[in-house]
Amino acid sequence: MARKLLLNNVHIEGIHTYDVYRKNGGYSAVEKALKTMSPDDIVEEVKKSGLRGRGGAGFPTGMKWSFLAKPEGVPRHLLCNADESEPGTFKDRYLMEKIPHLLIEGMILSSFALGANQSYIYIRGEYMFVLRIVEKAIAEAYANGWLGKNILGTGYDLDLSITPGAGAYICGEETALIESLEGKRGNPRMKPPFPAIQGLWQRPTVVNNVETIAAVVPIVNDGGDEYAKIGIGRSTGTKLISASGNVNKPGVYEIELGLSVEEFIYSDQYLGGMKNGKRLKACIPGGSSVPILPHYLVCKTANGEDRLMSYESLADGGFQSGSMLGSGGFIVYDEEQCIVRNTWNFARFYHHESCGQCSPCREGTGWMEKVLHRLEEGHGTLADIDLLWDIQRKIEGNTICPLGDAAAWPVAAAIRHFREEFEWHVNEPKESQIRNYGLVAEKSFQTENA
Amino acid sequence: MENNQRIELPQHLLDEVQRVISLFPEGKQKSALLRVLHIAQAHFGWLSVDVMDYVARLLHIQPIEVYEVATFYSMYDTQQVGKVKLEVCRTGPCMIEGAENIVNYIEKKLGIKDGETTADGMFTLKTVECLGACGYAPMLQAGEKFHEHLTEEKVDALIEAYRSNPVANYMGENQNG
Repeated sequence: MARKLLLNNVHIEGIHTYDVYRKNGGYSAVEKALKTMSPDDIVEEVKKSGLRGRGGAGFPTGMKWSFLAKPEGVPRHLLCNADESEPGTFKDRYLMEKIPHLLIEGMILSSFALGANQSYIYIRGEYMFVLRIVEKAIAEAYANGWLGKNILGTGYDLDLSITPGAGAYICGEETALIESLEGKRGNPRMKPPFPAIQGLWQRPTVVNNVETIAAVVPIVNDGGDEYAKIGIGRSTGTKLISASGNVNKPGVYEIELGLSVEEFIYSDQYLGGMKNGKRLKACIPGGSSVPILPHYLVCKTANGEDRLMSYESLADGGFQSGSMLGSGGFIVYDEEQCIVRNTWNFARFYHHESCGQCSPCREGTGWMEKVLHRLEEGHGTLADIDLLWDIQRKIEGNTICPLGDAAAWPVAAAIRHFREEFEWHVNEPKESQIRNYGLVAEKSFQTENA
Repeated sequence: MENNQRIELPQHLLDEVQRVISLFPEGKQKSALLRVLHIAQAHFGWLSVDVMDYVARLLHIQPIEVYEVATFYSMYDTQQVGKVKLEVCRTGPCMIEGAENIVNYIEKKLGIKDGETTADGMFTLKTVECLGACGYAPMLQAGEKFHEHLTEEKVDALIEAYRSNPVANYMGENQNG
């Protein structure tokens, strides 16, 4: 039986309310931490746990925390990134809707560890209904003495609130999130200085994803070593996966890292296999930004090893034959889906969401959308495919924030693995408007990291 | 243009604005801007220049600081829209579950195209990017509500429901009318 650390109580009636959450052991981690641990003890446990950022980048959380500058007399802040906007990702929403106090408990622990007395949850504006759930839970936490002045008589003060964005994917990037929280346009900042030195209102700031912060609760309760026992290698603990696409049971799942991709897709405990008995064509395992994998690289790596749900295994083969765990936005495509159309759709998304600050992204995402649309409609040329490749190469790495990379990678991976399908759109323009290409032929890869 | 005199939030919403401002440190009231714009838009229907100027006064910031934010974020309407905005997600996971059919169906049913408003000012149809409901596709948002696993029958039912009660899609502070 797979262990759950975040969603183990999610089925309990009324768990979104304070009373039920508390009755089921809620806030015991705060009691333990504030009464028996120092802030540095918590940082130490988080380091021991091996927890890595769950928003997409996978950076070790304990290390991120240890970078926080602590100049005398300057307030510092913890911000929770609940901007969840990566296509394919809806896990943070699920967690906040179902068990909001878990996030609040994690915010108290993490704020205490960082010495922050004023923390904020920044949630995407479209999740206003979730904001209201969390805001109500925050009020309950205040009313029961878990927030406010002198929490549990320890002398520790913490104010926590939740504040909305208003429709901008870019605000999931941490410096754009900070700008937005300051009431400005979400234009990412140049780094350095990093938020750990100059973040919100130029004060030292840590920004962590919802799931990352929630994971601090079991880490404090059970200890970092216990947490690190779950998972595989440097992929410790559990991960929330948002599954969508042509599977029997889309939804949010908490998995132990290291689960095989095959089991995740095909077993009844998870996605229950492909819908309508269709064949698997492709999978994007970590949200729309990460490279798409063709059918033969989903359950096995290029070396023929079992592909696992872990940071390392999903990235095995680099961008040549691997992908990334990313945010855990797991999108499954069956043989009826068109990769050109799908790539065009995501290119349109990135064009729409580019903040416009950097020319390669502002212009390049628009060009990619245009060229892909041409190909999709059957008006493209073979030279267009090379042009696309060229454009994405010129965006990647040439922008202030990673949105440029996020826009480039899906296009690159689609051409790398599905070039024959793109060429078919050019060579069979009429045919491509009536039917789909089906599965691409298997290719072999040199065992190298790109 | 609306008459400047009439641009005024009712007291309970002014109280809400003050509460939101109080969540931030003294002098950082600009951080409340995005939320206050949501409140203003829900109440006034859209963000006219007069409404944005009013928000600037509420927060003691320059009007340009409000304009640049209102024009950056996709949820704000700086043009008049219908009483009910039907925002259909069109991104990848929704697309493969039939979002385009839903858009086509609504276009036909209401006789408007993407981005347009019905002649009676009731409905605006808008296609939007990923709303975080990929596992429950296809979906649309109306006001604060998510409508998921959409079918043509469900679209029929919710359009009927909104026709009789256009503010049913808001909750909490945004309740108006």
